[in-house]
Amino acid sequence: MYKYDQYDQAMVDARVEDFRDQTRRRLEGKMTDDQFKPLRLKNGLYLQLHAYMLRVAIPYGTLNSRQMRKLAHIARTYDRGYGHFTTRQNIQYNWIKLEDAPDILAELATVEMHAIQTSGESIRNISADQYAGAAADEIIDPRPWAEMIRQMTTFMPEFSYLPRKFKIAVIAAEADRAALRWHDCALRIVQNEAGEIGFEVFAGGGMGRTPFIAYRIREFLPTDQILSYLQAILRVWNRNARRDNIHKQRMKILVHELGEDEFRRQVEEEFQHFLALGEDFPQAEYDRIAAYFAPPPFETDLSEEIDRSDPDFALWADHQVAAHKAPGYAIVNISLKPIGQIPGDISAEQMELVADLAERYSFDELRATHAQNLVLPHVRKQDLHAIWTALHEAGLGEANLDLVTDIIACPGLDYCSLANARSIPVAQKIAERFADAERQKDLGELKIKISGCINACGHHHAGHIGILGVDRKGTENYQLLLGGSGDEETSQAKITGPGFDEAGIVDAVERAVERYREIREPGERFLDTYRRVGMDGFKEAIYG
Amino acid sequence: MVDDPRAGGPGGGPGTLEPTPGGERDWLRFRDDPAPDEPVVTLDTFLDQSNASSVLIEAGDDVRRLAPVLDRVRLVEIDFPKFRDGRGFSSARVLREMGYEGEIKATGEVLVDLIYFMRRCGFDSFAPHVPLDRAEVEAVLNRYPHVYQHAADAAVPIWQLRHG
Ligand code: HEM
Ligand code: SF4
Repeated sequence: MYKYDQYDQAMVDARVEDFRDQTRRRLEGKMTDDQFKPLRLKNGLYLQLHAYMLRVAIPYGTLNSRQMRKLAHIARTYDRGYGHFTTRQNIQYNWIKLEDAPDILAELATVEMHAIQTSGESIRNISADQYAGAAADEIIDPRPWAEMIRQMTTFMPEFSYLPRKFKIAVIAAEADRAALRWHDCALRIVQNEAGEIGFEVFAGGGMGRTPFIAYRIREFLPTDQILSYLQAILRVWNRNARRDNIHKQRMKILVHELGEDEFRRQVEEEFQHFLALGEDFPQAEYDRIAAYFAPPPFETDLSEEIDRSDPDFALWADHQVAAHKAPGYAIVNISLKPIGQIPGDISAEQMELVADLAERYSFDELRATHAQNLVLPHVRKQDLHAIWTALHEAGLGEANLDLVTDIIACPGLDYCSLANARSIPVAQKIAERFADAERQKDLGELKIKISGCINACGHHHAGHIGILGVDRKGTENYQLLLGGSGDEETSQAKITGPGFDEAGIVDAVERAVERYREIREPGERFLDTYRRVGMDGFKEAIYG
Repeated sequence: MVDDPRAGGPGGGPGTLEPTPGGERDWLRFRDDPAPDEPVVTLDTFLDQSNASSVLIEAGDDVRRLAPVLDRVRLVEIDFPKFRDGRGFSSARVLREMGYEGEIKATGEVLVDLIYFMRRCGFDSFAPHVPLDRAEVEAVLNRYPHVYQHAADAAVPIWQLRHG
C-alpha cells in the first residue's frame, strides 16, 4: 500500500491549516456562504437537510487497519457512531458540525487520509477495481497509476475551477468491477500484440439527469504518457465547456455536442503540446510508487481446500468469495447490506472488527467497493471459516453479493436536500421482501440501484433494475427502470412506464422479477433475459 | 530551488510579496517593470488595431489567437465574470506556454483563495472588484510548502524533488 513521504504529509498538513483558516474566516463572517461553499466542497463538506456531511477520500478504495480504526474513531467522536460507504469508494459522515471539520481533517492527516477534492467542481478521488492487486484476471495492478494521477491532480492550478466535477476510474482486467464507462474519464489497462501495456481511454460518461456512457477515444496509450493525455482532456473541456447552465457543464455534454471525433481531435492536438512540455512523471517515480504496491509475501504450498461442512458458512463462501491470483488465497467480500439495514452503513464497532480482520488475515489491507461493500483482498482459504465466524457474530455475515438484496441506494430524502423521495426505506422493503436465501440464490445476479432524484447518486441508470424517486404533485413517486449495467457490457436502463407509490414500487419490482423467473432460459441472469426479450417482454407483467 | 520552490518564474515567484511602485493596489502587482497605462481593448479590436498593446481577454476568448501578434502585447487582462468560471486559469497558462512574458492581470471576481493558483498559472497582477486583505493574501500565498505538478511558474514539483 502507498505510504506518504515527507512531501505528501506536508501537503496534507498544509491543507488542514488552509481549511482551518477558511472555516475561521467563514465563522467570523469574513466570507459569504456563497463564497465559502466551493471551498468547503473541495474539502468534501456538503450541507444536507439536517447537518453537514463530510466525505473522506479513500484513494482507489484501498485502506489499512490503522486508517479504518481512525474512521471508527471519527464516527464515534464527531458523528453518531456510524459511517456510510459511498458508490465511489469513499466514506461519508452525516452529522458533522462545521466547527469540528478542521479537527476531523487534522485527525485524518495523522493516518495519511484527507477529504481533498471529494466534492465540488474538482477532479475527484480516483476509483479503481476493488480487487486490484488480488484479482486472478488482472493484467497488472492499476493502482500505481491511480496514485500518480492522484498526485498530479491534487491542487492542480489550471483546473482550480472546472466547469463541474470530474471523475476518473482505473481498472486492469477484462471484467469491469468499477462501472468504468459511467465516469467522465475511464482508463483500462490493456496489452497490445507486442506484449506492451497501455491504456484504453474512455471519455464523456456520467449519470445525473443526462446519462451518457463514455466513448472510447483512444485504443492504446503508452502508460508513461497518461498524465499528458489527462491534462489534454481537462484543458479541452475547461476551455470549451459551457458556463451558462450548471446542468450542461459536465464533460459528457461537451463530448456529445462536439461529437466524439472532434473531441478526440482536439485532445490529440493538446496532447502533443503537453508531451513536449514534459509533464509526465519519469519512470523512477513510477518505480518508487509501484514498489509500495508490490504483492505481499504470499505463503506457498497452502491448501486449496475449503471445509464446507457448515452449511451457513458454505452458503456465505459461495457468494462472498472471489478468485485470487495467488494459490491458496481468496478475496473476501464483506456485505454492508444486511437485510433491513441501510445500504453502505457501518458502525464504529464493526469498522474496528473489520480492521482487526484485515490486520490479522489480509496483510493489513482493506478495500471499499462502488457497490457499497468492503473487501479483504488477500485471505488464506484456510482462514475463511474463522473470518466468516467473526463477521457473522458482528452482523456482517450476509451472503448476498450481487444478489437482489445487495442494493445500492443514495441517502435520499432522509438526508439529502435535493431529494424528491426517500431511497433507504425502499431499499429496506425490497430487501425484506426478497430476504429468503433460497429465493435470492435462485434469482442469481440481480443488481437493484435506487436514487432519490435525477442526480442519480444511487446509479439507477446502471441498475439491472433501477428505481428513481420523483415528485408527483407533492408526493413521493417512484419510476421503475430495467436493463442498465455498469459492467464490461455497459448499458443504460430504460423507464418501464408510469411510476408507483412506495408500496407499489416494491410490488412492481417483484412482478418484474417473477416475470423473469417465468421466461428465463437456462443460465440466463435477469439482465440477459431482459436483453433477449426487451421491455415488451416485461411490460404487461408489470402493469397488467 | 529546493528550499524555496516558488522562487523565480515569470515576473517573480508567487512568494514574492515586495510592493512595487505605481497604482493604489501595488502590493497585488508582482513585477518590477512599470505598469503599462494604455487602456485595454477587446481581443477582436486588439487584433484589428496594429498599435494596441493592452488586451482584455473575456471568459470564452481563445488566447491562442494572440500568437501571431504576441510581440506587441504588454498587458493581458483576464476577466473573471464569476469566481466559478475557471476558463481564465487555462488562458493565463496557455499564454505563458506561448512564451509571453509581459503582465497578466486578473480582474473581476478574484477571491483571495484563488490567488495562489492564479499565481501558479502565470498571473502576476490582480485588480479584484472587491478589495482583498493583504494579510490574508500573504497567508494564502505562503501556505503550501510544495507543489505536485508543473504549471506556469518555476516551482519544482515534488516528483522532481524526489528524484533530484
Ligand atoms: C446529500 C448528499 C449528496 C448530494 C447533495 C449529492 C449531489 C449530487 C449531484 C447534484 C449529482 C449530479 C451531478 C451531475 O449531474 O453532474 C450527484 C451525482 C452522483 N453522486 Fe451525489 N450527492 C450526495 C450524496 C451522494 C452519495 C451518498 C453518494 C454515494 C453513495 C453519491 C454518489 C454520486 C454518484 C455516483 C453520482 C453520479 C455521478 C455521475 O453523474 O456520473 N452522492 N450527486
Ligand atoms: S440522487 Fe438525489 S436524493 Fe439521492 S443523494 Fe443524490 S442528490 Fe440526493
